[in-house]
Amino acid sequence: MRVTKSFALASAGLLLATSFAFAQSTEIRVGAPLEPPMLDPTAGAAEAIDVVVYQNVFEGLTRIDQTGAVQPGLASAWTVSEDGLTYRFTLNDGVTFHDGTAFDAEDVKFTFERILAEDSVNAQKALYEAISAVTVIDPLTVEFTLSRPDGLFLFNIGRGDAVIVAPESAANNATDPIGTGPFAFVQWDRGSRVILEQYGPYWGEKPALTKATYVFIGDTATMTNALLAGDVDGTYNFAAEALPVFDGNPQFKVLVGSTEGETILSTNNAKSPFDKLEVRQAMAHAINRQEIIDGATYGYGVPIGSHFAPHHPYYIDLTNTYPYDLDKARELLTEAGYPDGFSATLKLPPVNYARVSGQIIASEFAKVGIKLELVNMEWAQWLEDVFANKDFDLTIISHVEPFDIGIYANPDYYFGYNNPEVQALNETLNATTDEAKRKELAQEMQTIIAKDAVNGFLFELAQTGVWNAKLEGMWQNAPVEGVVLRNVHWVE
Amino acid sequence: MNWRSLLKHPGLVIGLSATALFALLALLSLVWTPYPIADISIARRFATPGPEHWLGTDQLGRDMLSLIMSGTLTSFTVGAMAVLIGAGIGVPLGLAAAIYDGPVEWVVLRFSDLAFAFPAVVIAILIATLVGPGASNAVIAIGIFNVPVFAQVARGGALAISTLDFVAAARLAGLSKPMIALRHLLPNIASLIIVQGTIQLSLGILAEAGLSYIGLGTQPPATSLGLMLRDAQSLFLIHPWLSLAPGLAIVVIVIALNIAGDGLRDALDPRLRNRGLANVAG
Repeated sequence: MRVTKSFALASAGLLLATSFAFAQSTEIRVGAPLEPPMLDPTAGAAEAIDVVVYQNVFEGLTRIDQTGAVQPGLASAWTVSEDGLTYRFTLNDGVTFHDGTAFDAEDVKFTFERILAEDSVNAQKALYEAISAVTVIDPLTVEFTLSRPDGLFLFNIGRGDAVIVAPESAANNATDPIGTGPFAFVQWDRGSRVILEQYGPYWGEKPALTKATYVFIGDTATMTNALLAGDVDGTYNFAAEALPVFDGNPQFKVLVGSTEGETILSTNNAKSPFDKLEVRQAMAHAINRQEIIDGATYGYGVPIGSHFAPHHPYYIDLTNTYPYDLDKARELLTEAGYPDGFSATLKLPPVNYARVSGQIIASEFAKVGIKLELVNMEWAQWLEDVFANKDFDLTIISHVEPFDIGIYANPDYYFGYNNPEVQALNETLNATTDEAKRKELAQEMQTIIAKDAVNGFLFELAQTGVWNAKLEGMWQNAPVEGVVLRNVHWVE
Repeated sequence: MNWRSLLKHPGLVIGLSATALFALLALLSLVWTPYPIADISIARRFATPGPEHWLGTDQLGRDMLSLIMSGTLTSFTVGAMAVLIGAGIGVPLGLAAAIYDGPVEWVVLRFSDLAFAFPAVVIAILIATLVGPGASNAVIAIGIFNVPVFAQVARGGALAISTLDFVAAARLAGLSKPMIALRHLLPNIASLIIVQGTIQLSLGILAEAGLSYIGLGTQPPATSLGLMLRDAQSLFLIHPWLSLAPGLAIVVIVIALNIAGDGLRDALDPRLRNRGLANVAG
């Protein structure tokens, strides 16, 4: 009797194992370092939200692909008027939300009116402020009227911040997200994971995966073990210092790609002594960029000389504006009236690249007499002290928004840079739709910002994904925040 | 007691000399380390132990020996300060509980029960939330954790002694209770306090390592053995030495202190051997 029973158990186990092996071919478990605070990408700035839901659960009128180009999304086609002020979108037919309700032009109108409402909590509301009216022509046609031309309009409406939501469900999207995407939200075990399942009636091409689980693992050593043990099938951005564990391991592939994260030594331009150009130039000369890149990103970061992504077509290389030169740095400090240097604080948010870069920069600056006191902060405190109250000398932070050079035209922004020339250029740039002209303007802005040494320009963060070698279709680059599962599939 | 009798306790000699060696290395780091610990050089990182860097270099190219010397100083300082806080508050409390029975004793005992029930980590998290993480906060957290330990040791020792004839004689001679505690009880429980201090020092070093490891203790660019472990954690599979070196240093220091504590106990007062000090060591 006992023998029979254990035999039955064993065969049941075998059955389970077999079905598991089959199941693996359409399921994925993605390791993510941060758990999202909630799941509505139109109501929060956290990257962790987009990682789970962008293009998986929610879709926008347009869709950003992994090269950063704009592709049709819920809108199959569009026309733009001569003056660049009117966009008419033709919407896909037969699209439904995950709760079964139909998608039409009214949902588009609702979505954008919600973003632009007085009490809107959208993190990027400013990006959509050029929209003066959204008009429903018929259920499958919608027209946007802009108050000024906006060269980035089609890109911006493809971001996670502008995904289309339904009036019936929008209020609950934070905990129960209902979108039109290929995957529907199933459950969220707080502190542990979010489960998505393929949405059967999806309007577009069906993804290969039937189920996706995002597993939240904050610690690098734990993530390493989870990957090695096969508890997760991959992670989109793994700590560079531990990458050698997977390099050369045939069971894994390491995908190194670009991000939109310009990592800078943010300098309080409104505060003495940083209001002096010579001081900022001296600091720029004292920065050994390659050492910081090697130390903080293990060589994966890409050097930048201004606030612009190196893979963008408008980029110009300004990394040699103020080359590493300690004598020149000392000279400039003397000119500025600080022959013996000065003391300042460097406030560091709780991210590894900032903490490590901070220590290296402190060591580098000490060589020219600038003594930095490192102050480690938690996010909430950093956001309040540095970002909101501008109570800081220096900080290190990665600005991950795509095409965010416009922040240098805002004199109220936390680093306090006030240059009317840049402000005028930015206004012209925003209103220009001609590609060649835009490129010229953007490069002019990059050059002025580099010459003014507004901030210490360090490097563009890389995205270093580690995935099971049998997985294909993951995004290598991160032109927008998100881990898009649409094309991910297993190969044998 | 003289030096000759000390030598009869080999544990004490070994423990004390190992502790002294680390303490000397730690103190030396105040004036000299092979390389400055803030001296970062990415070009020479992950060097293996060799003639130039006896213990190799870490992920920022800092000299491991210098870091361990400096980290040991932090660990000893935090542990010792916490012992001072614990003994400074705990011993008077314990003595007060022993000489004034009734409400005073009740309050002290309940307070120490309460403080015992709070793990040092919880206190450290509370302090870190209120005023931010740092070595001085670790001192306070571990110090608070030490208070009831010393209070109980002092009370237990004082109670055992207060029944002896010379205390009764002092009382008959008209000495006030505080004076008896100061003149007769305190000197006689001093050895107990010293032994307990040694044990709490080793526990404090462990606690500091733990707090720094979870990010609530020492903050960079200062260093401590726990912080070195934290930094090396994600590199363990690639550069295990970076974790092993500070880890082994903690192990050796704690073992040395414990052996020294045991030896001291035997050397100072053989009768304590059976009194189960370990029970109050937490």
